[in-house]
Amino acid sequence: MAKTPATRRKSEPAKPNRERPNEPERYKADKDELLELYKRMLLIRRFEEKAGQLYGLGLIGGFCHLYIGQEAVAVGLQSALDHEKDSVITGYRDHGHMLAYGIDPKLIMAELTGREAGISKGKGGSMHMFSTEHKFYGGHGIVGAQVALGTGLAFAHKYNEDGGITLAYFGDGAANQGQVYESFNMAELWKLPIVYVIENNQYAMGTSVNRSSAEDQLYRRGESFRIPGIQVDGMDVLAARGAAEEALAWVRAGKGPIILEMKTYRYRGHSMSDPAKYRSREEVQSVREKSDPIEHAKRELEAAGVTEDELKTLEKEIRKIVNESADFAETTPEPDPSELYTDVLVESY
Amino acid sequence: MAVEIKMPALSPTMEEGTLAKWLVKEGDTVSSGDIMAEIETDKATMEFEAVDEGTIAKIMVEAGTDNVKVGTVIALIAEEGEDAASVEAPKAEEKPEAAAEEPAPKDAAGKPEPKETGTAQLADVKPQARDPEVPEGTEMVKVTVREALRDAMAEEMRADPRVFVMGEEVAEYQGAYKVTQGLLEEFGAKRVIDTPITEYGFAGVGTGAAMGGLKPIVEFMTFNFAMQAIDHIINSAAKTNYMSGGQMRCPIVFRGPNGAASRVAAQHSQNYGPWYASVPGLIVIAPYDAADAKGLLKAAIRSEDPVVFLENELMYGRSFEIPKIDDFVLPIGKARIVRPGSDVTIVSYSIGVGVALEAAETLAGEGIEAEVIDLRTLRPLDKATVLESLKKTNRMVVVEEGWPVCSIASEISTIAMEEGFDDLDAPVLRVTNVDVPLPYAANLEKIAIVDATRVVEAVKKVTYTA
Repeated sequence: MAKTPATRRKSEPAKPNRERPNEPERYKADKDELLELYKRMLLIRRFEEKAGQLYGLGLIGGFCHLYIGQEAVAVGLQSALDHEKDSVITGYRDHGHMLAYGIDPKLIMAELTGREAGISKGKGGSMHMFSTEHKFYGGHGIVGAQVALGTGLAFAHKYNEDGGITLAYFGDGAANQGQVYESFNMAELWKLPIVYVIENNQYAMGTSVNRSSAEDQLYRRGESFRIPGIQVDGMDVLAARGAAEEALAWVRAGKGPIILEMKTYRYRGHSMSDPAKYRSREEVQSVREKSDPIEHAKRELEAAGVTEDELKTLEKEIRKIVNESADFAETTPEPDPSELYTDVLVESY
Repeated sequence: MAVEIKMPALSPTMEEGTLAKWLVKEGDTVSSGDIMAEIETDKATMEFEAVDEGTIAKIMVEAGTDNVKVGTVIALIAEEGEDAASVEAPKAEEKPEAAAEEPAPKDAAGKPEPKETGTAQLADVKPQARDPEVPEGTEMVKVTVREALRDAMAEEMRADPRVFVMGEEVAEYQGAYKVTQGLLEEFGAKRVIDTPITEYGFAGVGTGAAMGGLKPIVEFMTFNFAMQAIDHIINSAAKTNYMSGGQMRCPIVFRGPNGAASRVAAQHSQNYGPWYASVPGLIVIAPYDAADAKGLLKAAIRSEDPVVFLENELMYGRSFEIPKIDDFVLPIGKARIVRPGSDVTIVSYSIGVGVALEAAETLAGEGIEAEVIDLRTLRPLDKATVLESLKKTNRMVVVEEGWPVCSIASEISTIAMEEGFDDLDAPVLRVTNVDVPLPYAANLEKIAIVDATRVVEAVKKVTYTA
């Protein structure tokens, strides 16, 4: 069933006929490291809750896809990257990936409210946010487009010999798009430095993986291109980090692409306008209770000696950051009408 | 009766070729499948196989002969029971003239002649006015459109290591239409990259590479196949700069042949100019001659914006004068008056410019002086040049090798109406292909495709001289 986090499957076939990555180990974080990961996850959770609130108030419009429940994936994986060299690209559920990268929540929230100070000057909105400064390349609204684009970013890393790799996220829904496999083929053919991350949150909008995927073990989707895959518990931030270490070692060694299937779950609907009638309230509740990534990390922190007071203080800090970003996003001005005509082209002709 | 072996057409657009080498000699026996000769087209050297069995009785065209027209008898085969020595050469008027000016010889036996297609008439090269961008007195050299495009890419690749070419058959095959000929040899496999047949995928990879700081040239074997990739051209390449508030650039060139080729029917014969020209965020260029092809492709590669560069297969082999200037770059977004005139303005682009010039010649013979404008860039459109010419001639006809509905011709008509209404002495007329999928049959294709006769008729209507 989809409700519980993945049971670890062996990634090796019965008789390996070529080199395979090792089964990743859960990352051994010290207290401070875990605290940092926890903080990032909590920031995403509280930020997204606030975004949902602002949407309800009509301050955020259009499509808005929340990352609640999936926080361990972006935080765990991106904590392993070399932020000077590596690049990240994702689809439309992108707020979490940006926050995991330490991009200012104010700029993100102001983009959600369509303000001049937003990271895309208010012209992109929830699904189209970028930070070239952080080598975060979006934020793409067409399901699966980021897979080919990410493969292109990896091509650029290899072409420039800059030592960087690309982390390209896509969902279980995008995993059925044709261009994903066109990209897999070229990435392996040309040994491009890319980690394909399938965030399997079990539902492509309202259609479950089982109802849409002939091979529902998505980590195997690269096999016919000789791309190895690893299935990972995406509700455990340290498992995610451990898998990232293994995947990065593989890719950085020049062995070509690798797939990480992160088994995760979104608590909210596909977007704000999705009533999520395709699954039961009990199913959602059960995941929340049994495998919430933030609660999981919190228990580990407590076991490591972090006091309840410390955690409460932290919670307050995070809420303060989020509230400030919301206040900013509500009050900062909308784009000047003249902005309508800027940024269409770079040059003048 | 000896079998006549004729110069074969080895591509849809081949009209003549070089008989490079005979692999058989008179007296040899051949059977079907034997390679008899090597023939060079403008694109490649091809092997020519025997279909009939028999003895080579006579070789009519020597090895090494250039410009042998398709259909010329190049050898005679004596069939079984026939004496090879007694086979006679065809009568004098049928004798192949290596450098014959006329097209394929008429067949005395009344066999069907090669069909006259609708596209053959399109690619005639007509004289043009000098481009004011080229300084007077500049030495000119004759270059084909194909070579001009290749030279543009090679020069830009030498100048900027971020520039690379990717696409189907661009490297080892030397280009499906030989536009990338020689690039692999000079720049190596890192920068001249053969892709699998995977348009959507490699258009996305190219776009991503541009976002990552490189300057890709993505070749589509033809733009018909780019429909598979149009999502990345429009949604990923054209919109990202805007959606990112100017943060994320996408300096990429999508190029390849566009429009009708010859007898390749509906799925392979389409002009995408109006499609792409409707998209803000894209630059769309559609040159006619070799100089514009070179100067504008260089500009396209240098641009920081995504460019759709529409070439035309029928023009690849055509030669034009091109200025001998180091680093010849033309401005994007500037139309060019290729023939000055005072009585009517004919606006066109790409291969339509040749049709417009041909019509202008005919009209001149009847005392009507047409000004012909080559738009060159379809987005941004050079409205000023069009409107200025309208102010002078007060009449306008738009010629487009493409469909009429929602076309560039429609756009020009609207501009003339909205911004040049007081200058119009007659309605603007559109002369385009017929509004149907392009048919295969030669006669139907000919009717469907724009031609000079219809341009002349339209000009007579707007000048009230019909």
